[in-house]
This record gives sequence, structure tokens and C-alpha cells, in this order.
Amino acid sequence: MKTLNFRVILFAFALIFGIVFSVPSITQSESGKKITLGLDLQGGLHMLLGIKSDVAIESRTKSMAATVKYIFDDEEIIFDELRMVDGEKITFELLDNDDVVKAKELLKKALEGTVLSQDGLKFSLEMTEKEIARTKQNAIKQAVDTIRNRLNEFGLAEPTVAKQGEDKILVEVPGIKTQEDEQRIRELIARAAHLQLMAVDEERAARVMTMNVNEAKSFGDVILPDVNTPEKYLLRQIPILDGSMLTDAKVGFDKNNQPVINFALNGQGAKIFGDFTAKSVGKRMAVVLDNKVYSAPNIRERIGGGHVQISGNFKLEEAHDLAIALRSGALLAPVFVMEKRSVGPSLGADSIKASSIALVLGFVLVILFMFFYYGMAGVIANVALVGNLFLILAIMSLFGATLTLPGMAGIVLTVGMAVDANVIINERIRELLHAGKSVAKSIEDGYNNAFTAILDANVTTLIAAVVLYAYGTGAIKGFALTMSIGILASMLTAIVGTHGIYQWLLPKIDKRRLNFWFGIKTEGAK
Amino acid sequence: MEIFKYKKPLSLMSKSKRFGMVSVALLVLSLGLIFTKGFNYGIDFAGGTLVQVQYEGKAPIDKVRDAIGADKNYEGASVTFFGSEEEVVIRTKMSSKSLGEDIGDKMRTLLKDTGKFEVRRVDMVGAKVGSELREKGLMSMFLAILGILIYVSFRFEWRFAIASVMALMHDVTIAMGAVVLFGIEVNLDTLAALLTILGYSLNDTIIVFDRIREGIRTIKNPDLGAIIDESVTQTLSRTTLTSLTTFFVVLTLFLFGGEIIRGFSFTLLVGVVVGTYSSIFVASPILMWLGFSVSGFREKEAVKLKREKEKEKMRQMYENGTL
Repeated sequence: MKTLNFRVILFAFALIFGIVFSVPSITQSESGKKITLGLDLQGGLHMLLGIKSDVAIESRTKSMAATVKYIFDDEEIIFDELRMVDGEKITFELLDNDDVVKAKELLKKALEGTVLSQDGLKFSLEMTEKEIARTKQNAIKQAVDTIRNRLNEFGLAEPTVAKQGEDKILVEVPGIKTQEDEQRIRELIARAAHLQLMAVDEERAARVMTMNVNEAKSFGDVILPDVNTPEKYLLRQIPILDGSMLTDAKVGFDKNNQPVINFALNGQGAKIFGDFTAKSVGKRMAVVLDNKVYSAPNIRERIGGGHVQISGNFKLEEAHDLAIALRSGALLAPVFVMEKRSVGPSLGADSIKASSIALVLGFVLVILFMFFYYGMAGVIANVALVGNLFLILAIMSLFGATLTLPGMAGIVLTVGMAVDANVIINERIRELLHAGKSVAKSIEDGYNNAFTAILDANVTTLIAAVVLYAYGTGAIKGFALTMSIGILASMLTAIVGTHGIYQWLLPKIDKRRLNFWFGIKTEGAK
Repeated sequence: MEIFKYKKPLSLMSKSKRFGMVSVALLVLSLGLIFTKGFNYGIDFAGGTLVQVQYEGKAPIDKVRDAIGADKNYEGASVTFFGSEEEVVIRTKMSSKSLGEDIGDKMRTLLKDTGKFEVRRVDMVGAKVGSELREKGLMSMFLAILGILIYVSFRFEWRFAIASVMALMHDVTIAMGAVVLFGIEVNLDTLAALLTILGYSLNDTIIVFDRIREGIRTIKNPDLGAIIDESVTQTLSRTTLTSLTTFFVVLTLFLFGGEIIRGFSFTLLVGVVVGTYSSIFVASPILMWLGFSVSGFREKEAVKLKREKEKEKMRQMYENGTL
């Protein structure tokens, strides 16, 4: 038999591969591919968010209404009774029969995906089913993008924001230091940042304190509270314009050195804003953010250029977060928490420490046991075990896989189970030696006899691990992953690797020293 | 070193009734516990919030209870030490949908005057996600068992598959019984441990069955009981040794791996012991009760072999150009 065989060469390659690619992860070097630590080990925030997509439909309808109003005003089509019904339908009435054809044409061009139905001069406008589905999908996609932008602008390292399933959003933010920071981040994510500029209904403004919501609705108005004081405002339901026409938002300071937010409108927004202010001199206009009135200044003259300011007794931190939220755009629909897991950095560090101690201790126990029970055969198994550990780390590093606390447990468990193959093989070899077979024959037959058992046993464990990976969530996936990689790697190290080492060492194995090599006393061996 | 040296096979099958009684007793006890006391579902499956707080020095647990109890919303919240005297865990059935001030933040405010502390973990699972996770968990158990059943039937014979799955259910049921008995909180990681037991216990059983399969072919005596006795004896050292190494590592995990994965490591610990027991004493007797026939299996094997030989012969003839 050749001494240097393909098995031992393959094992040597695997070992080198394992060591080379696991070094960046072990030393935590700057360069090279590394294992990512899960949020439960490095600390961080994991959230599964749901989205209220009905609100997206409602706000889409509202902006459709704003468009209708703008078009009719612009084209001097006279209309009345422009209303939103149930948050998903717009109704209006044209006063001049001659405008009908023109109005229909204009609306068809401006509002895609809608159905206009007519009853005399009364019209109602609705989105198509397809458009509603599209709007909902869009709301999720937009929420994912918006939340990602906000987190990126906040200056956090590598946040993950992704759509999960049909209507959920996964948010993972590593490296949060304190609970207070975490709360701030959550508030930033949740902020709808829905900016609206709305006209005050000056005709009825005096009655606002006695008016109820339904009454306001019948006039096409809404009642919104002031952000700081108990004061209320009666505002026209359909806004002049909203945050979608905003191009930039920055923190600035007013003349009292109070933080304010300055924002700029795009061309269309600036034009609408200019036109409106020109028409409404002497009236008030409210700056509304997330359904709260921040200010309602009197319009003294036409304001061109599209620069607007929000003041509202902000703290600097608050103004900063708000500007980020405005810049990254509004959430079309509000999000809510379905699941949240947050781990502080100190707990993560403790978990790493505890699981590492368990890993090292378990490893040492197994290594000692194998050595005392099997002699050199145990040492060979131990070499394979070390190779197995390096391989697990290397494969995980190469794929940039995430190591979680259950994942660590999976590695510890693999240490116990990976030597299983060697125990089976060694027992088989001992049996054959006891039966008086030669060392070479015992080794070859031992491997042959043991193979099917090892294969079947590993495949069944793998089935459980794969199911766990497919159905598990978060940290549990990490357990299934390390287990699976461990099992596959052990097939290479514990079967092929040790077999190669035996073949390589065979000329040196002294049949009179079976106790040293295989840990048995036997007289029968030839 | 050699511990297991048997000149003669152990006569296990003759004692199988006694082991069967032990197993049945354990099963009844476990099922009784599961159905009367029931699982202590953690927040993963029941929904709710868990807040882990570490104090500087000993945690003033009574003060914490009072502070939490002061808020009507958290009536019925439980406060317990966690791993050490410095840490407590607060569990409540409440969960909040709000991203802004959530239950963790509220707890922080409530605990303001109880001393110097750090909130180290806040886990919150909404009721909807909880029930989804429960469904997924059951589904994963079912799928894992089904997958194993199919694989073992394919590699062995259907009676082997049934016997191994029965042994598996035996192990998982007893492990679940232990989980209920010791009041271990059932979370996702407990489920992962149960699934691992599925894989592990089967691993052991397969090794024994592999030997029996081999014994059927090589041992002259056609009595299944004798074949099983001999095969189990031959694999006894391996079964015990591997279980021992696995037991070592799971034990270190249980003792040193930290409080967070204690439920996981405990469940595994029970599983390793029961799994080893069942693969030696439970799985093989089931095989016998299912009426596995050695001569029948041999006949089938012989037919298979014959067919293969014929095929081989045909191929030979074809290659030689005689067909």
C-alpha cells in the first residue's frame, strides 16, 4: 500500500483550507471574509414589523383628491362638493355641463389606474383592484427603502432592512449601545414624517372649539391639534401640497437661536405653493406634520422659491431626527411591531464568554477521553476533530454566515457527535483485530463495515437539521446551520481524513504494540 | 482501554418485557404531565414581553415586584432571578405594537427608583407571531419525522422505519415530560433541542439497526431475538461511548453555557440519555413485535440478489456480443 495516499492529501488540503479561511474570523482581522456575529452575540435590535396598508390607500386617495383640485383650479373648471368617502373614493360635482368632456379627459390623463363613474353631473373616482394591490405592494417597498435610508443617515453600521413574506419588514440593527439609543432609533423608524401644508378654514375657524369631527367632515374640513398647546385648528381636508414634493430638509436656527427645520420644495411644489400664497394673502396656512399642527402663520404676501420653515420648540436631537425622516421621505403607511428582540452589548459579550467556555471544556473532555480510550487511534480522531472545527469556521467565514448563540451550541454539539464516526470505526477495527485479522486488513474492513452506518446516521441527523433551517427563525437557523456544516465536514475529516492518516502511518504501526495504537490488549493479531 | 468486552451476547430480548414496562410507565407519566400540568410556554409561542435586568449588586427583587405591580397593565407579571442574584427577568403577557415607547421603555421608567441597573434584553412577541411560530414548530416536527420515515424505509425496510419512528416518539415524549416536570420554559430553542433529539436518537437507533441488518445477512441463527441480542451487544460499546462524548459536551453546555440556553441544554441532556436507552432497549423489541421475519427478509434479499445477478449476466452477454 502506498504511504502517501489521496485521502491524506485531501485531508491536508482541507486542513490548510480550514486554517487559512478561519484565521480572519478567529483573529478578527480587518481584511478577509469573516463570520458575522448574530445580534444575540454582539448586541443589537431585531424587529419584525407589520404595515397598515389601508392607510396607504387612504393617503393615495387623498393625494388624488389634491390633484383633482389642482387640475380643476388650474384649468378653471368650476366644481363643488369635492369629498373623500370611506378613505377610498372621491366624489365631486361639476357645475357646468360644458366642462364634463374636458374634465374627464384631464383626469384620465393625470390619474392612471382609476375608474371614473358619472351620475348626471355627479362624479365618483375610485382606484381599480389592480391599482389597490399595487399601492399596497408599493407601500411596503417604499417603507423598506425609507427605513433603510433613515437608518443609513442616522450613521449606524450595516443595518439590515428587508421585506419578509408578503407584508412584513425585517429590521436588524447591530451595535446599539444603550436602551435610550434604541428607543430613539425605533422612534426614527416609526415616524410617519407625513408633511402637509393645509389651508385654515377661515370662514368657520371661530367655531372650531365647539365643532365635532363629523360636522367638520360635512364641510370638507378636519380638526387637528397643535403640537405644543391644547389649541385646535379647523383645516381644509384636502392639503395644498404634501411632503412628496419636498427635496431637502435641514436643521437651522431661528432668530431666537431655537432649532428649526428648513425645507425646500421641488419645481411643481414651489409653483403650487407660490400660486396658493398669492391667492390667500391675509389668510392662514398650517404646517402639519403627522397630523399635528406645528405652526399656522398668516400669509402676508406671495411666497416664491419654495422654501418653508417648521418651528415647534424642538430639542436639537429631535430636530435632527425629524430632518432625517423628512429627507428620507414619508412612510406611506404606518408600521407596527410584531416581534422585537433586543440584546445589550454586555449580555452578548457574556454569552460569547459562556459558550466559548463550554466549547473549550467540552472539546478538552472529548479529546482526553478519546486519547485515553483509544490511544493513538484516539489521537488520530482528535486530529480530525480539530480539522472539523477549522472547516466549520472556514466555511462559515467564506459564506459570511451568521454565528448565533444557538449556533455556538450547535458547534459544541458537533464536537460531541463528530467523533461518533471515529468511535464506530475504531470499534469495528478493534473487533477485527480481536478476531485475529492483520492490522492492514482490520483497518480497511473496519472502514468498509462502518461506512453505511455512519452515512445513514448522518443523513437522518441532517434531515432534522435541514427541516430546522427551513422552518426555524433567526437565531435557531444558526443552530441548524452549524450542525449541518459540522455533519458534512465530519464526513470529510472523520471518515476520509482518518482513513488517510492510517494508510499513511501503516508501515509504522507495530502489531506488537496494539495497546499503544488501538488501546487494546490482544494476542490474536498477526 | 477497553470497557465493553463480552464473550457472549447479552440476552436483552428475553428481558424486553421488563424494559417495555419501564418505557410504558415513563410514557404514561410524561403524557400525564403534558396533559395535566401542560407546557410552560414562553413568549415565543404565547406572545408577551420579557425584560432582563442586571443590577449592580444583588437585585432588589421585592422592590422590582412592587414597582412593576404599581402599574395596572402589568398585573400578573412575573419577576424571577435569572442565573445569578444580580439579574432578574420580568415576564408579562402584554406586548405592544408601538415602535415608540414600548414595554421595555415603560419598565425602565417603572424601575427608575429601584437602584442602579442596566436593561440587557427585551424580547417581545406579538400574539399573532406567537401563534404563527407555534404552527411552524409543529409543522417542522411533523416534516422531520416524515422525512426520516421515508429515508429509513428506503434504506432499510418499512418495519425498521416504523420501529425507529416509534422509538423516536418515545424519546421526544419523555423529553417533553421532563420539560413539563421541571417547568422549563418552552421557547424556540427548546423546540430546536427536541428536533435535535429526533436526529440524535435516530442516529443511535440507525447504528443498531445497521448491525441488525448486517446480522440478518451474516448470522446463521434465523431467530430474530438472537440476532438482535448479538447485534445490540456488538454495538453496545459504540452506543455508550458516543453517548458519553455527547453527554460530556451537553453537560458542559448546561453547566457553563449560560442561563439563556439552559432550557435548550437541559432538554438535550434528557434527550441524550433517553435516546441512548431507547436505541438499546426499545427500538429493537418494537422491531420484533412488528413481526419482522428474518427468513422473509432473506428470501427477498435472495430474490433481489438473483435479479441483480441475472442483470449482470445479461449485460455480460450483451457486452460479449452473445445477445
